[in-house]
Amino acid sequence: MTIATDVLERHGLTHEEYQRIVDALMREPTLTELGIFSVMWSEHCSYKSSRVHLKTLPTTGPRVLQGPGENAGAVDIGDGLAAVFKIESHNHPSFIEPYQGAATGVGGIIRDIFTMGARPIALLNSLRFGPLEDPLVRRTFAGVVAGIAGYGNSIGIPTVGGEVAFDDSYTGNPLVNVFCLGIAAHDDIIKGVASGAGNPVYYVGAKTGRDGIHGATMASAEFDERSAEKRPAVQVGDPFMEKLLLEACLEVMKTDALVGIQDMGAAGLTCSTCEMGSRGGAGVDIDVSLVPQRETGMTPYEIMLSESQERMLMVVKRGREAEVEEIFEKWDLHAVRVGEVTTDGRLRVRNHGEVVAEIPNRSLTDDAPLYRRPMSEPAYVSEAQQLSLASLGKPVAPAAVFMRLLASPTIASKRWVYRQYDHMVRTNTLVMPGMGAAVVRVKGTRRALAMSVDCNGRFVYLDPYGGAQLAVAEASRNVACAGATPIGATNCLNFGNPEKPEIMWQFARAVEGMGAACRALDIPITGGNVSLYNETDGRAVLPTPVLGVVGLIDDAEAVVRRVFRAEGDVVVMLGETRDELGGSEYLEVMHGLIRGVPPALDLKREAAVQRLLAEGAARGAIKSAQDCSEGGLAVALAECCIGTGLGVDVDVQSVASAAGFGDLSTLFSESASRAVVSVAPAREAELLSLAARLQVPARRIGVVTGDRVRVAIDGRTVIDEPLADVERPWAMAIERCFEPANALA
Amino acid sequence: MKFAVVVFPGSNSDHDAHYAAQQVLGQEAEYIWHKDISLKGADVVILPGGFAHGDYLRTGAIARFSPIMAAVKTFADAGGPVLGICNCFQVLLEAGLLPGAMLRNKSVKFVCEHVLVTVEQADTPFTVACRPGQVLRMPIAHGEGNYYADADVVARLERNRQVVFRYTNANGVATDDSNPNGSVANIAGLCSERRNVVGLMPHPERACELALGSADGLIVFESALKAMTQGAFVAAR
Repeated sequence: MTIATDVLERHGLTHEEYQRIVDALMREPTLTELGIFSVMWSEHCSYKSSRVHLKTLPTTGPRVLQGPGENAGAVDIGDGLAAVFKIESHNHPSFIEPYQGAATGVGGIIRDIFTMGARPIALLNSLRFGPLEDPLVRRTFAGVVAGIAGYGNSIGIPTVGGEVAFDDSYTGNPLVNVFCLGIAAHDDIIKGVASGAGNPVYYVGAKTGRDGIHGATMASAEFDERSAEKRPAVQVGDPFMEKLLLEACLEVMKTDALVGIQDMGAAGLTCSTCEMGSRGGAGVDIDVSLVPQRETGMTPYEIMLSESQERMLMVVKRGREAEVEEIFEKWDLHAVRVGEVTTDGRLRVRNHGEVVAEIPNRSLTDDAPLYRRPMSEPAYVSEAQQLSLASLGKPVAPAAVFMRLLASPTIASKRWVYRQYDHMVRTNTLVMPGMGAAVVRVKGTRRALAMSVDCNGRFVYLDPYGGAQLAVAEASRNVACAGATPIGATNCLNFGNPEKPEIMWQFARAVEGMGAACRALDIPITGGNVSLYNETDGRAVLPTPVLGVVGLIDDAEAVVRRVFRAEGDVVVMLGETRDELGGSEYLEVMHGLIRGVPPALDLKREAAVQRLLAEGAARGAIKSAQDCSEGGLAVALAECCIGTGLGVDVDVQSVASAAGFGDLSTLFSESASRAVVSVAPAREAELLSLAARLQVPARRIGVVTGDRVRVAIDGRTVIDEPLADVERPWAMAIERCFEPANALA
Repeated sequence: MKFAVVVFPGSNSDHDAHYAAQQVLGQEAEYIWHKDISLKGADVVILPGGFAHGDYLRTGAIARFSPIMAAVKTFADAGGPVLGICNCFQVLLEAGLLPGAMLRNKSVKFVCEHVLVTVEQADTPFTVACRPGQVLRMPIAHGEGNYYADADVVARLERNRQVVFRYTNANGVATDDSNPNGSVANIAGLCSERRNVVGLMPHPERACELALGSADGLIVFESALKAMTQGAFVAAR
C-alpha cells in the first residue's frame, strides 16, 4: 500500500476502507479519486453506521408518493397535490459559525424541496442550545436565529414554527435542524436522475469556490478545542442567488425539458453527479474546467469537493438546451454545460479533457461501506432510571414551582425568536408561531397542513426506545390538536459518536421505538437525515431524534389554536395524569436532575386521543386544544390563557404519589396522551360522548373565567395567580437574557 | 380595473399582492417583470415587498435602475396611483418619488408582527375608503424600516399632510411603545406632494382575510378600486 496514514486520516478513511477503494477501482486511486471517495463514504453522505437501522422504519402507505432516497419525501394531500417535505441538520457548521451555519442549513433544505418540483411554502426549525447564562451560548443562539431569519426572510418563505430547548449537553454542540415543506402537483414531481445517453449535464447557480471543502467530513467527526480552526469549511449563504435559482428552476420544470435535477449540498459536485448517475443507472462525464469558478487556480480535487452554496446540477433533454438556457438568462443566471450522460455507469471527471477520476457510481453510493457497529447498553441507563422522590427533600409549594417552570427557557415564550422570522409572507399562515402546531392553508383548495417538530432529549436519554416513541406521540398529537390527521413524517436523528457501542445502542433503540410508534399511529417516514458525532471533547449531546410530522386538515376553517376563546367555555381534560415525574421539566428545573423512567405510552390510547382531537375539531366542537407536555397540566393551562385576557378555574383529581409529592405529580407530571381542550357549554355533552365512543378518558375540570389562573386539587386550591403574574416570567425569560433593559421595565 | 404587480428578481410579496388584488378584491392583476418597459395598461401599480436585488447593498439602491422604473416614474408623473409596500417603500425613497431614507430598526433586528397604524389622510388613492383617524391592524416584516428625514423635511411632510400612516396605539395616539422600529415621528407611510404615490412599511396585502389574523388591509385595495372606478381620487396638479 503506497498511501500514507496521515493522508487517510485527513480524509477520515480507515485502512480497510482504503483497501475497499483499491478493490473497487482495481488500482490505487488518484488524489482526486481519494477525495471523492472520502466525502461519499463519510458518515454524513453514506449513512454507513445508520443505514441498517433506518431500513427498519415504516416508509410506505397509501398516501406516500415518494419515500426515502430522493431529495425529499412526498405525500398525497388530495386535489392532485402533494406535500413535499424533509428535515435536515446543520449542527456542526452552526457551532463553528452560527449565522452562516444556520443560514446555509435553511438554504440547503429549501433546495431539497424545490429540486423536487415543489414550491416551498413553510419552514420550521428544531433548535437545541446550552444554558443561556453562558455568554458563548447566547452568542451561538442569537447567531443561529439571525442566520435562519436572514436566509428565510430574504428568500420569502415563512418560518412558521418550531421548537427551542435548552440543556447543558448542547453547550458545545448545538442542534440546528431545519424543516421545509413545499407543494407540487403529483405530475410535476421531478427526481434527481441522470439518464438518456448523450443528454447534456448543466451546472447553474453560484460559482464554485474553496468554501466548504470537507464539510461532509467535518460533520462526521467529533469536536475538540481546535474546531474553530475548521471555520473555512463552513460555507457562506447567498439567499438572493437561491431566490433566483428557485424561481428559474420552477420555471424550467414547467417546460418538461428536464430529465432530472439535484442540488449540490454536502459533497457538492461529487455527490450530485454520482447520485444522479446511480439513480438513473447511467454514467456522468464532466469536465471541471468548464465549471464556473470564483477563485483562480482551483484543482479538480477542490472543484469536486467544494460545498459552495446555491448550485444545481441538471440533466436536460437533448435538443431542448436553448429553451432552458433562455429561462436562466431571464433570471440573470448562466446555465453552463459541463458534461453529458453516458451509458457506462461511471463518474468520469476530466480537466481540460484529461481524465482525472473515473469511478463506478455504485461504488460511491449503493456499494458504500455498511457497518453493523457494536452496541451495548450504557451503564448509566439503569442507574439514571432510579428515582426516589423522598430523596428530593420536602416538596416545594406548587405555586412556586409553577412560576419557576413558566420562566424556564424551554417552556417560556419564544417570541424573541419568532419575531425575527418573517412568518406571514405568502399569506398562508393560519396559526401564528407560539399558538400551537404551525398551520398553513393550501391555496386553491379548502385544505390546510399542520406541522410540528418535536423531541424531548431527556426522555430519550433515560429510555431511547420509549423516549423516541414519546417524540412521535408528541409531534403527532400537536398536529392533532390543530385538528389535523397525521399523514407523514420526516426525522432528524441527532446522536453522538456511533463508534462508541453505547451511542450506537441509543441510536438503534431510538430508531426501533420511532418505527414502532409510527407503525402504530400509521405515520410513514418519507425521509430525513442522520447527524452523528455530536460530541465535544468526548461528551455526547442528549440523544435527540427529532420527528417532524405533517397533518392534513380537510377544512381550513376548522383549524384549532391552543388558546381559550370565550368566558364561560368548559375546560375538558383528555387522557389521564399518572404519577410520572421521570425525566420531567420539574425535576430538571427544581432539582437539576435528569432521572427516572419517562412516562408510559399506550399507543392505542394515543391514537384514540388524536382521533378525538381531529374529529372534535372537524365537527367544530373543540374551540381550543393544547397538549400537555413539558411542565405538565399546570403549564398547559397557563399556555391556554396567556395572551387572551381570559383566566381559568379548574379542579382536578389528585394523583397518588410517594413522599408527599401528590400535588406536584398531579400538576407537573408529563404523562403522555393528554390534552386540555375548551368547548362551548352547549357542546360539552357531544364532546364527552364522542370521547366515550373512542374510549378516551375525558373529564370536565372547570371553566374559562375571570383573570386568574386557579387550580384546585380535590377542592383544595393549590395555584391562584393573576394572569399578569403568570404571563410576565413566561414572556420575559428569553428576552431578558438579551435585552436586560427591557426586563427591568 | 387592472393592477400591475411589478416583479423584481428578489420580490417575495409579489404573489401576495397579486392574490389580494385578484382573489380577494376580485379585480384583474398582472405581473410585470422588472426588465419590461411597459405597465401594459394597468390602472394601479403595486411595487411589492421583498429583497428586490438581494439588498446586500443599500436597500432599494439597485432596484431604482430596473428598466420598469422609468415607466413607473412616467405613470406617477401623469398622476397614476402607485403603491410601494415595505421593500418598495424603500425603493420609492431611493428613486426620489418620496422623500427621506430608511435606517436599520432601532432594535437592530428584523421584526415581524402585527402593529397598529392610524390612517391620517383619506385623500390618497389608497386611503379614500378609510375614515380619517381609522386604526388598522397590519403586519410589518422588515429589518430596515426606521424612517428618517431631517427636521425640515418632516415639518414639510406634516405641513403638506403627507404622513398618511402613523404607528399608534389603539386610540390613535403615537407613542414610543407603538413605534416598532424607531421611525421619526412614528411615520409608517407617506404620500407624494401630488398624493398619488404612496409608500408604507406595513403589509396591507397580508391583512386582507380574517383567517390570516386581520382583514384591515383590504381597505387599501378597496380604496384603489374606489379611487379609479368612482372618480374618488384625482391627483393634484
